Amino acid sequence: MFADKYEAVIGLEIHAQLLTNSKAFCGCSTKFGLPPNSNVCPICLGMPGTLPVLNKRVVEFAIKLGLATHCKIRTYSIFARKNYFYPDLPKGYQISQYEEPICYDGYVEIELKNGEKKKIRLRRIHMEEDAGKSIHDQDVDTLIDINRCGVPLLEIVTEPDINTPQEAALYLTKIRQLVQYLDICDGNMEEGSLRCDANVSVRLKGEKKLGTKTEVKNMNSIKNVEKALEYEINRQIQILESGGTVIQETLLWDAGAGVVRPMRSKEEAHDYRYFPEPDLVPVVVPEEWINEIKKSLPELPEEKRDRFMKQYKLPKYDAEVLTSSKALADYYEQCVKYIDDYKSVSNWIMVEVLKILNERQIDIADFKVKPEHLAMLINLVNEGKINQTTAKMVLEEISETGEEPDSLIERKGLLQISDESFIEEVVVKVLEGNKENVERYFAGKDKLFGYFVGEVMKLTKGKANPKIVNEVLKRKLEEMRVKVNG
Amino acid sequence: MPVTIKDVEYIANLARLEFKEEEKEKFTEQFNRILEYIDKLNELDTTDVEPLYHVIDLKNVFREDIVKESYPREEILKNAPSRTEFFFKVPKVIQVEKPQKENEDKEQS
Ligand SMILES: [Zn+2]
Repeated sequence: MFADKYEAVIGLEIHAQLLTNSKAFCGCSTKFGLPPNSNVCPICLGMPGTLPVLNKRVVEFAIKLGLATHCKIRTYSIFARKNYFYPDLPKGYQISQYEEPICYDGYVEIELKNGEKKKIRLRRIHMEEDAGKSIHDQDVDTLIDINRCGVPLLEIVTEPDINTPQEAALYLTKIRQLVQYLDICDGNMEEGSLRCDANVSVRLKGEKKLGTKTEVKNMNSIKNVEKALEYEINRQIQILESGGTVIQETLLWDAGAGVVRPMRSKEEAHDYRYFPEPDLVPVVVPEEWINEIKKSLPELPEEKRDRFMKQYKLPKYDAEVLTSSKALADYYEQCVKYIDDYKSVSNWIMVEVLKILNERQIDIADFKVKPEHLAMLINLVNEGKINQTTAKMVLEEISETGEEPDSLIERKGLLQISDESFIEEVVVKVLEGNKENVERYFAGKDKLFGYFVGEVMKLTKGKANPKIVNEVLKRKLEEMRVKVNG
Repeated sequence: MPVTIKDVEYIANLARLEFKEEEKEKFTEQFNRILEYIDKLNELDTTDVEPLYHVIDLKNVFREDIVKESYPREEILKNAPSRTEFFFKVPKVIQVEKPQKENEDKEQS
């Protein structure tokens, strides 16, 4: 209720796990879900006497994301050691970047609900390695799996330009979409390959000085980020309103309970004592390489959206939904190779296909209906061979079996009946069997027309062409009216 | 500003080291001596000198993104003072009220 008095200031730190084959500094595989401690070598185990060697693709991926977010790219950048003790970090330090990160001073543009555009500035994007996993839910001990140790990450840090949980969600959606388009991270927040931490503070509107900030962690979906920020902003406002002071601390979001809880601090101070990593020499990136990467960048979401609007004459809304993921956009473009009715394909994908994906909680990649089959189905509707209702039913069924639509339609005899004389027979039968209703219709009960249509469809098992049914029914009723009145 | 015994205690704590009182005093004195010596460098004017991040003027050599075989798990776990069949085992790191392994897992990095 005091929300109008205050303004929130939010900065986000995103960690994106990179889709490289091997780890950042050794040749161990980055594959997810392998047996514990099976992707480990003396380098990622931090044995004394081993030396890290940087994976070229990590730098390439960092530059890709930097270019896609309008960052400046450093041709000379260095690694640093971030020192802290934790059992899943066997070296006692994480190789990261501190001074001279590879990308800096970029921005991402988000579009707010009112259509306004807002730039979220990026302070930096830097390369670093992931830590291992600690498993705490054992009775006595903590178990350590080193598999993830050394898997490359990009950390993407914004300026405190975000003012609402909704803006945070929009920004996060944008970053996820970008890393997926660039094919550098799978963007899966639930599995932790994309992680987001937030720095949150509130201040009175108009105030220049920033309030005391807290750090909120453990939000493993975009929805949760929104909810956690909502909660934390309200919590801070409430503290200030009751005359208290916000304590600078790290909080964990508990999605189940819908609250944040203070994290038991494992170190009194976050004193990481960064210093340049002596085991790695500076990374020198030649300008030519940057240019090469620039040329190889794929079409990015906004470019694709604009092209969809132009090339397929789609409304902005359609283009936006279809290009929300690269895989969905690719599916659309595969479909329209087989059909000229671009808008119908868009409608079918946005409504029916997305509905099925949603119901079954699957990705478009796992959708069994091939693009050419969806196109075929829409063509059959457009040609009047089947009606919409049948088509939806067919789609539902072939999305489970992967069968071709025409073979299913034939096997089940679903072809639409457009034979006028046959439809006329059915219409006459319906009207003769409903004499009372026909009289009531003539007496002014117009709504009964729909009832007659329904009866005809029932007798033809939904296969009659609705347009022809309408025409014939109108004509027949008119003839009867003339007879009655005449 | 000279180093005090408090600074030594702080650094010892970060490094997870414990010292006797007389050792702390000795380190305080040594720290100060080292820093005094390093301070001499500040007498030089380095306004127009690029910072040096590495003592050897080398540039990076990359590794191609190719997977190499890791070590057998038995080798990896062999030196561990405490282990299970598959994991390293360490004393409980965090008091958890209820199982929430995902939580602590992500607070790193
Ligand atoms: Zn390794």
